[in-house]
Amino acid sequence: MDFQTAVFFFLSAILVFAALRVITARNPVYAALHLMLAFFTTGGLWLMLQAEFLAIALIVVYVGAVMVLFLFVVMMLDINIDRIREGFWRYLPLGAVLGLVMVLEMGLVLGSKYFQVPISEVVVPAGVSNTKEIGALLVTDYVFPFELAAVILLVGMIAAVVLTFRGRKASKISNPNTQVFVKAKDRVRVLQMPVEKD
Amino acid sequence: MDALMNFGQGIFGGAWPAVWTLIKIVLIVAPLMLGVAYLTYFERKVIGFMQVRIGPNRVGPWGLIQPIADGLKLLLKEIIVPSGSSKAVFVIAPMLAIAPALAAWAVIPFTDTLVLANIDASLLYILAITSMGVYGVILSGWASNSKYAFLGAMRSAAQMVSYEIAMGFALITVLMIAGTLNFVDIVDGQNKGMFADMGLGFLSWNWLPLLPMFLVYLISGTAELNRAPFDIAEGESEIVAGFHVEYSGMAFALFFLAEYANMILVAALTSLLFLGGWLSPVGFLPDGIWWMFAKMSFVLFLFLWFRATFPRYRYDLLMRLGWKVFLPLCFFWVIIVGAWMISPLNIWN
Repeated sequence: MDFQTAVFFFLSAILVFAALRVITARNPVYAALHLMLAFFTTGGLWLMLQAEFLAIALIVVYVGAVMVLFLFVVMMLDINIDRIREGFWRYLPLGAVLGLVMVLEMGLVLGSKYFQVPISEVVVPAGVSNTKEIGALLVTDYVFPFELAAVILLVGMIAAVVLTFRGRKASKISNPNTQVFVKAKDRVRVLQMPVEKD
Repeated sequence: MDALMNFGQGIFGGAWPAVWTLIKIVLIVAPLMLGVAYLTYFERKVIGFMQVRIGPNRVGPWGLIQPIADGLKLLLKEIIVPSGSSKAVFVIAPMLAIAPALAAWAVIPFTDTLVLANIDASLLYILAITSMGVYGVILSGWASNSKYAFLGAMRSAAQMVSYEIAMGFALITVLMIAGTLNFVDIVDGQNKGMFADMGLGFLSWNWLPLLPMFLVYLISGTAELNRAPFDIAEGESEIVAGFHVEYSGMAFALFFLAEYANMILVAALTSLLFLGGWLSPVGFLPDGIWWMFAKMSFVLFLFLWFRATFPRYRYDLLMRLGWKVFLPLCFFWVIIVGAWMISPLNIWN
């Protein structure tokens, strides 16, 4: 077993363990932390495939941004774990069937002819920056799918705002612009008070 | 150098590249830790002088041994784990804070040849690694089982996520004009142009053509570091010490080390991206590592100066600055730089 294979199995073992803990951990914060570990090790695996841009993008986007917001929400949840576990056995058959279907689908996709790349094309010659290659592809061959994905994300963002926006609260809102330009003489009036003598 | 290589090869054989890398890591981390220790001394002295005080002056001549004494004191103190805390996360959080602060140094070049890993996507690597730093803060706040710590962690996380975007956009303008993600190439790119040919290199560095982005980067960097005037995460007058209020001894020291190592990191990044790294400001002086250190010291001095000068920002104003001022400014400036680059006035050919 050469060094690369050893690293691959090491990272894979961590990844499988972390993924299992994501669904078995009782505390949602621990689950989120293990999901973070899973993303991080996936980044490592992708680095071994010489896909350094994808690996780093995975960490920047998922670990650096998405999981932070996830943790934000999860930390403030007040979850009763017994309530969640109530229907476990009742829903297990349905869940298992769904899981099997997903595994089958993934197998079909990964086994299809589009995923079979000849080994000669896999080896990237030295000096090729795959950040540059991906960038060039995104603005030439895939420019419309790329723009479309951006529009879909924007729609999702606006939808989230619209769905959760419940109108302004009737609270006092101060405008920082006017606050900054306030002068002392607008707020404070100095009065001359003659000293009172008995 | 060759003699050293051959000697190492003779002793360690095939493991020599790994050993050599470890030696280089020690050569970066050990001075960094020493730098952190003396940055705290520098900070106390500078702020002391700015406030017409003397600063530390008891331990050693001019108080020079003070940081060592502080470190020793922290080493000897007991680490108290609060009751009801999540113990594993409580212990892991300081490690998650310091590890990215050190790992980021792997790709920082000190001169055009003196770099641990001269990788192609070094700027992306820095973005990825530094974005991990926020976990130390969030998790320590959550695991402490304390309201103050939790409030501090939430404030800090919101702040770091907001300012990371402005910072990222400032970096995007630098990438646009440099056309590369590699730090060595980014610095070399600043050595070209009209002013560099006239021997006035400091006018051809990125800070001048990208002045608004330089300022955005510097201010967002200060916010990202949770430094005054953006230190609402610690906010002594409101939430005692924020996320690390329950930490004592060496666990606290790790947060402290991480904060100061990050300060030095942002100073190094500012000098590489905007201030020409190891390039000499004028033509008749040679380039060299001392320029890099001089620029880093200048940026660090700026951070200390900010702290001694500005009062703490209010939380809503901080969010407003990040989202309503910097973000539109960044969008606008990315478009301007793009238009500038395709116009005949392009100076970055």
